[in-house]
Amino acid sequence: MDTEKRIAELSERLRYIRDIFGSRENANITLLESKLREFGERERLASPQEVVRLLQQLEDIFVFLEKKLDAELSAMDVVRIVRHPQRVSLKDILENVYDNYTEIGGQDEYSIDPSMLIARAYITRRRGDKVHHQPVMVIGQEKGHGQEFRNGGSVKPWGNAKALQYMKVAETEKIPIHTYVSTPGAFPVEDYPGAAQQIARNLYEMAGLKVPVVSVISEGGSGGAEAIGLSDARLMFSHGYYSVISPEGAAAIEAGIRQGQRVAPELIAACASRLKMTAKDNLSMGYVDRIIQEPHLGVRSWHYDFFKILRQEVIRATDQVFLSITGMKFFRAMALGRHKDVSPADAENMYVRWSVDEAAAERLLWRRYRKYRRMAENAFVDSRTPAERLYSRVQGLVWSGYSFLRYDFLGKQERRLSKALGEVEGELRVVVDKMSAPLKKITRRTGAPVCDAEKSRMLTELSQPELGACLEDWGWTYISPRAREDRAVTCPNMKQSGCPDLWAPDLFGDFAGVCSNCGHHFPMEYQWYLHNVFDADSLHEFNVEIEAGNPLDYPGFPDKLEEAKKKTGKKSACLTYEARIDGKKIVVAVLIAPFRGGTVGAAEGEKFVRALARARKRHYPFLAYVHGTAGIRIQESLNGLIQMPRVTMSVRRYIEAGGLYLVLYDTNSYAGPVASFLGCSPYQFAIRSSNIGFAGPGVIKETTGIDIPPHYHNAYQALTRGHIQGIWDRREARKNLKNALLTIGGRNLYYR
Amino acid sequence: MIDVKSVLEEIKAAPYEEIVITAPHTGIVSFEVKKTGVRAVAPSGAYLEKPGTLLASITRERNVKPLHATVSGEVAIIHLERGGTFVDAGTPLLVLRHYLTKDEVVAAILKRVLHLFCAPERAKYYFIPSVDIKIKSGGCRSVTVRPGMELFIVSRMKREKPLAYEGPEGIIYAVYFQHDDNVEAGQPLIGVCPGSQTGLIQDVVNRVHSDWEEHA
Repeated sequence: MDTEKRIAELSERLRYIRDIFGSRENANITLLESKLREFGERERLASPQEVVRLLQQLEDIFVFLEKKLDAELSAMDVVRIVRHPQRVSLKDILENVYDNYTEIGGQDEYSIDPSMLIARAYITRRRGDKVHHQPVMVIGQEKGHGQEFRNGGSVKPWGNAKALQYMKVAETEKIPIHTYVSTPGAFPVEDYPGAAQQIARNLYEMAGLKVPVVSVISEGGSGGAEAIGLSDARLMFSHGYYSVISPEGAAAIEAGIRQGQRVAPELIAACASRLKMTAKDNLSMGYVDRIIQEPHLGVRSWHYDFFKILRQEVIRATDQVFLSITGMKFFRAMALGRHKDVSPADAENMYVRWSVDEAAAERLLWRRYRKYRRMAENAFVDSRTPAERLYSRVQGLVWSGYSFLRYDFLGKQERRLSKALGEVEGELRVVVDKMSAPLKKITRRTGAPVCDAEKSRMLTELSQPELGACLEDWGWTYISPRAREDRAVTCPNMKQSGCPDLWAPDLFGDFAGVCSNCGHHFPMEYQWYLHNVFDADSLHEFNVEIEAGNPLDYPGFPDKLEEAKKKTGKKSACLTYEARIDGKKIVVAVLIAPFRGGTVGAAEGEKFVRALARARKRHYPFLAYVHGTAGIRIQESLNGLIQMPRVTMSVRRYIEAGGLYLVLYDTNSYAGPVASFLGCSPYQFAIRSSNIGFAGPGVIKETTGIDIPPHYHNAYQALTRGHIQGIWDRREARKNLKNALLTIGGRNLYYR
Repeated sequence: MIDVKSVLEEIKAAPYEEIVITAPHTGIVSFEVKKTGVRAVAPSGAYLEKPGTLLASITRERNVKPLHATVSGEVAIIHLERGGTFVDAGTPLLVLRHYLTKDEVVAAILKRVLHLFCAPERAKYYFIPSVDIKIKSGGCRSVTVRPGMELFIVSRMKREKPLAYEGPEGIIYAVYFQHDDNVEAGQPLIGVCPGSQTGLIQDVVNRVHSDWEEHA
């Protein structure tokens, strides 16, 4: 009996190994197969003791070879490990790592989103003789073991909303949050609340969450991982992956295939290794803090020793976070942090209070901000000389000082004084009015008020009659080069609206790329907006030297980058300007579509962050004009992905300091940026005929198999779903922007 | 009686519909399809987003406009001599032979055989409420009409007046107008089948549905 069970187990393990290694031939695997077969043959002939001995031998061989195979794992094998149905899931972790838990947020298939699992758990710690239960909120994606209703861990927008709700609950209850990320990606559906917008909201709220968050990454699939992954301590399973896109997606983009075609498996495996998505790569790049070593060839639900290790790691990480923000911590911090090889078992025997007070919360937020601010600092090319760097540093400091003095220090007193005076004035005015009312009644004049004759002539007649009555409109300051071609252009809405063909010089010149019949906006160059929306000669570009680089040494990418830089004349896809609009100063960050589709990488994120810092220090409003963005640059993988939480944190810092953050979408804006720093703005507008969404039609068809209706991502659809606040005609963008600054900007225009 | 069968024979003799594809506007034509007999497919996809086969393209003022097939069929005649030359609007370029499907054959037969009650003027037409309910619940075959009965409401410029049905008594077999659609004068509104011919027509329709081979 026992032998049969053990043999079955061994063949199961062999099957698992074969699954992991896919179609790759491996001498060790064939060896294992032959050994198993051999054993099967010899079992019949041998005596019981002999059988037991042989079985033991076989098991030892298995263990030995598994260890050897573990060293030969490639990135694609790691991906297969993570996707295997036997991979440990959140429910296993809850059972084995935490001492007791209650699942909130739904039950199996009766949850609002079965792929998001939320539980309230506690961990028992000993302090001397007493036993404490330390409560924790556990949030994570759940794949289940073959449970189809969980959608393989692909969380829908309302699942992320539920996660956010419980994060806020944890904040209210002042308990830490442990998040377990195991998702291939978020479900790309646009129904309310919208995949991108919800992830952006999650990131924004997590950026200011006043309780520590510890995240453990098993399978980190881009945006879906970020939705619950912004944390103070980041741990990663040794056989996990964390990447901006799945290897299949990257291969599809590289091969440039259309829907329905297949990509060669070798290309997929090659992309997987190029994307540097394994735990070791992430640790070396500084995107995770610690790796949790799994048993060989990946952890499955029966590796109980691993859960013990996981428990200790998680406790240790939480302790470290709490200790870094509390007061008395010297010895405990030393015990925990100084030696990296210190066994985490010490963590369980120590006692650290898991609670936060106001001051500690401030420190926590600041440390979280600094942590993300420092990430990916070397991933872009900064071609400034050390002298220039020093100069800009000093400039930044001077502005910080000035801003602090004027707005925080003196400004606070000024505001307090003006508030008090305002109140007094209000009171006095009422009293004075009431008292002088009878007086006014006596002295009130009857009849219409008489106006000065000279003044009335000035108001009604032309001031310079020789120029005539009509305002001269010289047209646009910048005219698209397409207006120089002598050709006709067909409007895409011709069949529906019956638009006649337009003449290119008219269309791209006077009409600014707008069909005169139906109003369809043809895509227009970003320079059009820079010169026609902002005041003439008011554009001053800063941080020009920050260049997009190739941090992962992705093969073939430097050429593509060079080509893009030459074609557009710019060094990255983000341009930051200080401009004026009708005399009011504003900081503008433009994501331009001609540069690699407007994809965001480390350089663009850095420029954004610096522009936000500049706007915060100088107290200017901030406009993010998105000419077009295709998401995060795949060739930069994690360096680009980490910009999502990083820039969102800077945005939050800017908004909380009182800044006005406006976003204007144009042409196509998809994926990463929309799901983070653009989608978190409360004031998002779009130019007509633009497309805004989380994933393009091809990706949606591939991942979900749903055929989406045409114009699914149209700006008007986004408006109907509540993702954006308004749609502007391109020709009125300047007027609308001025209006937005006036009405949304508030009394002081720039800042509250 | 014999009418129905002879109509069917007529259609069987030429089981296709010839569609002449003309130039939508002036320009220089260039043909994508070079020989006759090529199959063309209609727009496809869940939302008809994949256009039909590219048959030709017309260039006017350096603007190339593609001409796609709107129905499936076979290219019968191509005026290749016009290829590369300047043509006026409305010049015939291709003749597409659309082989009729079963439903189209049935519709054609019904159009020829049933008594059609035509619209006297250009207006919007609605059924009277009682008839409308019957049609919505039981399908259009559940209504019997008699000459002189009030059947329609004519709505023109928001002014409505009733319209009586004239013609043989029978059941409504087909409805040729939509709610809120303008119907031109002289266009058929309904097709009525006299009681005696119902069986025969149903017979023929069934025959078409079972026997008609659609051109693959």
